[in-house]
Amino acid sequence: MAMRDSATASGTPSSLARSRPRHGEAIIKAVLLLAALVSVATTIGIVVSLVEPTIGFFAQISVVEFFTSTEWGPLFEPPSYGVLPLVSATLITTGIAVLVAVPLGLAAAVYLSEYADPRVRKFCKPALEVLAGIPTVVFGFFALSFVTPLLRGILPFEIEIFNALSAGLVVGFMIIPIVASLSEDAMSAVPAGLREGSYALGASKMVTSLRVVLPAAFSGIVAAVILAISRGAGETMIVYMAGGGQPNFTLDIGKAMQTMAAFIAQAGSGDVPVGTVDYNTIFAVGSLLFVMTLVMNFVSARLVRKFREVYE
Amino acid sequence: MAVLSTPRSAVQLAGKGQPLREHVFRIALISSLAIAFVFLAALLTYVLVEGWPRLDSRLWENMPSIRNPEIAGAQSAITGTLWVISLTAVLTLPTGVAAAIYLEEYADKTRWWNRVIEVNIQNLASVPSIVYGILGLGIIARSFGLGFSVITAAITLGLLVLPVVIIASRESIRAVPPSIREGSLALGATQWQTISRQVLPAAIPGIATGSILALSRAIGEAAPLLMLGAVSFIRFNPDGVMASYTVLPIQIFNWISQSREGFHYLAAAAIVVLLAILLLMNSAAIWLRNRYQKRW
Repeated sequence: MAMRDSATASGTPSSLARSRPRHGEAIIKAVLLLAALVSVATTIGIVVSLVEPTIGFFAQISVVEFFTSTEWGPLFEPPSYGVLPLVSATLITTGIAVLVAVPLGLAAAVYLSEYADPRVRKFCKPALEVLAGIPTVVFGFFALSFVTPLLRGILPFEIEIFNALSAGLVVGFMIIPIVASLSEDAMSAVPAGLREGSYALGASKMVTSLRVVLPAAFSGIVAAVILAISRGAGETMIVYMAGGGQPNFTLDIGKAMQTMAAFIAQAGSGDVPVGTVDYNTIFAVGSLLFVMTLVMNFVSARLVRKFREVYE
Repeated sequence: MAVLSTPRSAVQLAGKGQPLREHVFRIALISSLAIAFVFLAALLTYVLVEGWPRLDSRLWENMPSIRNPEIAGAQSAITGTLWVISLTAVLTLPTGVAAAIYLEEYADKTRWWNRVIEVNIQNLASVPSIVYGILGLGIIARSFGLGFSVITAAITLGLLVLPVVIIASRESIRAVPPSIREGSLALGATQWQTISRQVLPAAIPGIATGSILALSRAIGEAAPLLMLGAVSFIRFNPDGVMASYTVLPIQIFNWISQSREGFHYLAAAAIVVLLAILLLMNSAAIWLRNRYQKRW
């Protein structure tokens, strides 16, 4: 309605070509573009905030020591700056999380996409979203005060109060919805004709799901898994609360371990004077974490493009 | 669902050979889903059981206390969360929606700068939240000189959820059929008139739903705020955007780190409050989606 009023008010609707330039429209477009550029500024901000202290860090600590020394103790006397314990802890907790999330998440996705009744699916998908919406500090609480005591009670080997196993398991459950939801989307997008062709050849439902639908949705599933890994590797609160704040270069998942994200949180929450090595250390580890997740996202995007099956 | 009925009869025709394997596979799939739900149920039950006895008015009427879990409350954390989230909403929602409008309605996809913006948003969505803490610490708190204040926290969380707001708003704007725009333009409306009077009103329910979900993510976020001064012991409500603050997830984290048993139950009770807030927001989002979503 408003449209017609303004059209009649402006008098002659005759001019097909604009008679005068519309400055208002141009200004609006510029303002909107500015808003879109905020996201670019964010990325630049992240890179700038990381680069300077990281350079400061490597001016004082050798790159070789950073990447090869197996001891992480910036507060020790003498201090040591080997990032390997933090990296190994990150890989181990993320590995445990993947072992939980990929089988369970994929199976849930196959069930929801191929087997479940539409009514069941309508209930289950939002329920999984609930799991995804729970704050990580709550998962951390649960890992520390429920999962860890439970594991200590049932597992035969020794488990410390803070341990990588409990942290990794709970991170795994946290990322199940990512794997399940994105894989389900990918599988649902596989055209019904492929399934029907498979059934027509006498294949059972299981064979169709595993040999036809899964391969056809492969690129989407890989992207989902990598996204989940990257989320798990960057997860902070759960591994900080349940995994502990102790750098530990070990493969023993019953021991406390400090991941890169947990180190950043721990060191960053203290009162560290700007410009000191301790301050720069936070940013050096942050840069490494940032680059690692960036590489994973890049690989994920590449894989999606490489293995994408296009159906009309 | 013609798709579903065809395979079922097909299975019956072919299935006589290996029904057992098929059954086992199906049961394995269902139990995987069930395990995830059992975990969720265990988590919610545990938190409720632990927190219920301590869930009373002390929690929102009293200030935190280090010594006495009996009289400790979370009032400063609850008001802090309200301050930070309101400010986050004010900052990030207009920006996110504006960016989405630009990308959907104005951007020429063949131009490289528009593609850079798109790729950049995709990437930002998967940057770990702790890295935003580094951005907040290095740039917003120190370079901008905003210190450890409500505004620093709000800007950091705003940037963290900005990609979520943009992506949700874009989907909602894209769902408005082109014929609506063409009709409006054909009647002589300018592009902005078309957007503001036709496209946006039609897209608002979807944008609102996405915005609520983005804000509920910001409410539960703790990691970046650990680095931005929220861990300090705060016994007063924030009185402005430059005030010191703490938020509910960080208060919970602090209580969990205490060794005294009373704080454990206090933390559980505060988690129940946090989850109740999130449940309320999510229900509102679902209600909005079901009530106002248009099918074209």
